[in-house]
Amino acid sequence: MTFLDTLWLVPLFPACGAVLIGLLGRRFSRRGVSVLCVGTAFAAFAWALGAVLELRHLPGRQFERVWFAWLPSVAGLGHGVGADYGLLLDPLSAVMVLLVTGIGLLIHLYSVGYMAREGGYYRFFGCMNLFLFAMLTLVLADNFLLLFVGWEGVGLCSYLLIGFWFKKHTARAAGLKAFLVNRVGDAGFLLGVLLVLRLFGTVRFAAISATLTQHGVSSGAVMAATLLLFWGASGKSAQLPLFVWLPDAMEGPTPVSALMHAATMVTAGIYLLCRADLLFLAAPQTLGVVAAVGAGTALFAAAVALVQTDIKRVLAFSTISQLGTMFLACGVGAFTAGLFHVVTHAFFKALLFLGAGSVIHALDGEQDLSRMGGLARRLPITAGCMGVATLAIAGIPPLAGFASKDAILTAAWRASPWLWIVAWLTAGLTSLYMFRLYFLTFHGPARWGPRRGAGEPHEAPGSMTGPLLVLAGLCLVGGGLGWPTSLGGANRLAHWLAPVLPVAAEEAGEWGPMAASVLLVLLAASLAWLGYVRRPELPRRWAARWPQFNGWLRSGAGVDAGYTAVFADGLGKRGGAALARFDGAVLDGGVNLGAAATRLTAQLAAWWDTWVVDGVAVEGLARLAAFSSRRVRRLQSGRLQTYALLMVFGLGTFLLFYLLR
Amino acid sequence: MIGTMPYVWVAAILAMIGCVGVLTRRNVLVILMSIELILNAVNINLVVFARQWGQVRGQVFALFIMADAAAEVAVGLGLLIALFRNKSTVHADEMDLLKG
Repeated sequence: MTFLDTLWLVPLFPACGAVLIGLLGRRFSRRGVSVLCVGTAFAAFAWALGAVLELRHLPGRQFERVWFAWLPSVAGLGHGVGADYGLLLDPLSAVMVLLVTGIGLLIHLYSVGYMAREGGYYRFFGCMNLFLFAMLTLVLADNFLLLFVGWEGVGLCSYLLIGFWFKKHTARAAGLKAFLVNRVGDAGFLLGVLLVLRLFGTVRFAAISATLTQHGVSSGAVMAATLLLFWGASGKSAQLPLFVWLPDAMEGPTPVSALMHAATMVTAGIYLLCRADLLFLAAPQTLGVVAAVGAGTALFAAAVALVQTDIKRVLAFSTISQLGTMFLACGVGAFTAGLFHVVTHAFFKALLFLGAGSVIHALDGEQDLSRMGGLARRLPITAGCMGVATLAIAGIPPLAGFASKDAILTAAWRASPWLWIVAWLTAGLTSLYMFRLYFLTFHGPARWGPRRGAGEPHEAPGSMTGPLLVLAGLCLVGGGLGWPTSLGGANRLAHWLAPVLPVAAEEAGEWGPMAASVLLVLLAASLAWLGYVRRPELPRRWAARWPQFNGWLRSGAGVDAGYTAVFADGLGKRGGAALARFDGAVLDGGVNLGAAATRLTAQLAAWWDTWVVDGVAVEGLARLAAFSSRRVRRLQSGRLQTYALLMVFGLGTFLLFYLLR
Repeated sequence: MIGTMPYVWVAAILAMIGCVGVLTRRNVLVILMSIELILNAVNINLVVFARQWGQVRGQVFALFIMADAAAEVAVGLGLLIALFRNKSTVHADEMDLLKG
């Protein structure tokens, strides 16, 4: 029995963990819960690793198997629809599955320390395991519908975990917001899948790819389908205009932000695009839209991140921005570069979030940048790791972020100078706000106020710093995965992914853009150092000059406020009020009308009963009887002679009868 | 000979007078007398037809009727006296206790 034969164990381990915790969690000790959940995460990772190692030896590096039929057929299609419980392990899903299980394991480990003193311990780990199960189902699915099951599952876990501290009103609202906005995206996703089903008669990826390579399909329908799928991806991966849930999602515990909203769940959108790359390549207009939206989102989010004051919100907008660049990569056809950035982004963003968590943990829950500072001495490991992550995200060679970002920038340059300019500016802004975050947190004077507990802020326990160090190591060497051949690397990632994703012909490096981007990044870093270490009064003066613009930008450029006004207040409250008025006027009016009609009928019936039935029939008959009897009574005179006379009349009548007969 | 018819006419006229008397007269005694008249008219009829057919049955029957009439008068007068004792009147139209 090989790892591949039992591939279904990979999502099953965390599923079992979730079920056990869900049913019996209350009885476990904290230690038991941690051991169980981290254990299942580790088992999933080990199994996935084994399966991927086996995959390497298969021809074509493709493994697909159906374990049981789920939805065998659909009326109207002669053959099966392909929606079965089938798992596909190819280079693309291998990368994702290792990423999900690996980072998931690290974050589970981290959470043991982070959540050590929180309530709801088993609920947290149960949801985390459930999330792993859903995410693994998503990345291992061999057809759109099973992928959608995982898609919805991660959305559910996102809701559960964002609203983890459900007693807090903002957390509840944020969870609901995430779920609802995701839902809007999911509607498009499902429509896209249905359209695909209509076009191809199946939802299995392999079958669809085969059809696409053999003969193309009508472009109008494919464009519609891909646009709908991209809408779904935008919802999950927080692009314009469906990004509004991600900043609020920071209400959840920091490990949740690290796992879901940095490394794995939000990258599901990119994964979807890579999975359906042939479909998207058959609809170039959609790819244009993808690139434009990605670029726009990237720049917008980077600008907003620059003015945030909450450490996690900076990272949230940073995630949105980085996801935008990944979509930009896919939009210009550089799927491999996009996926590479997914991997490196997972490394440094998870590290950034976990490091932020460590800082928040050390400061007893403080998240405001203006109340941090001077923590480098006190939290050396955290500061060092976050420094590495900052260098990585800024794209400074030779760290991980540089190679992936450079690949994207090169692809953008080749596609369109405008896209490159946007991406280049984004890179600069990224460097700027990330270094700003780093300096404000770790350098300068200590701005945190008196603390509840005794003593100084101190470094986190080993269970938290361990994953930090591992991730930092990955940031340092991760670039080697896809180091471009133009700089002497082997670009192993592109070769690994070659059976699945198209390899861009990128052998000759573009030196000009590369140099320009590195220079800009270094310039931005120095600017940040100047503004936040050397002369901190400068940013304050700038901010004071344009307070309204600052505030507007900080709130996300009014997108959120717009949604609230249109949907929550407009449709929600006013729509509700209008419906209430309708209910009162029309529906209740109808009911009252019915009641009046009933009363009228009753009155008519009463009138009939009184006058016709009682009057005519009953009383009339009585009167008739009385009347006629009074007349007839006169025959009974009581007098003998009258009776005798009557007898004579009778006799006479008889005689007449006889005589005249 | 005269024949039968005139005698029958006499009997008829007597009977009519008797009937009318029964029906019209107020005094109960007069009603009784009128009843006697009817009986006598019947007697005359019987005797006349007995003579016509030359049989004696008619006359025998007439004798029976006479005896009968006598008894009847006795009873009738008894009734009348009982009535008088109750109602203190001999007027027939005042005896209407059965009036309904």
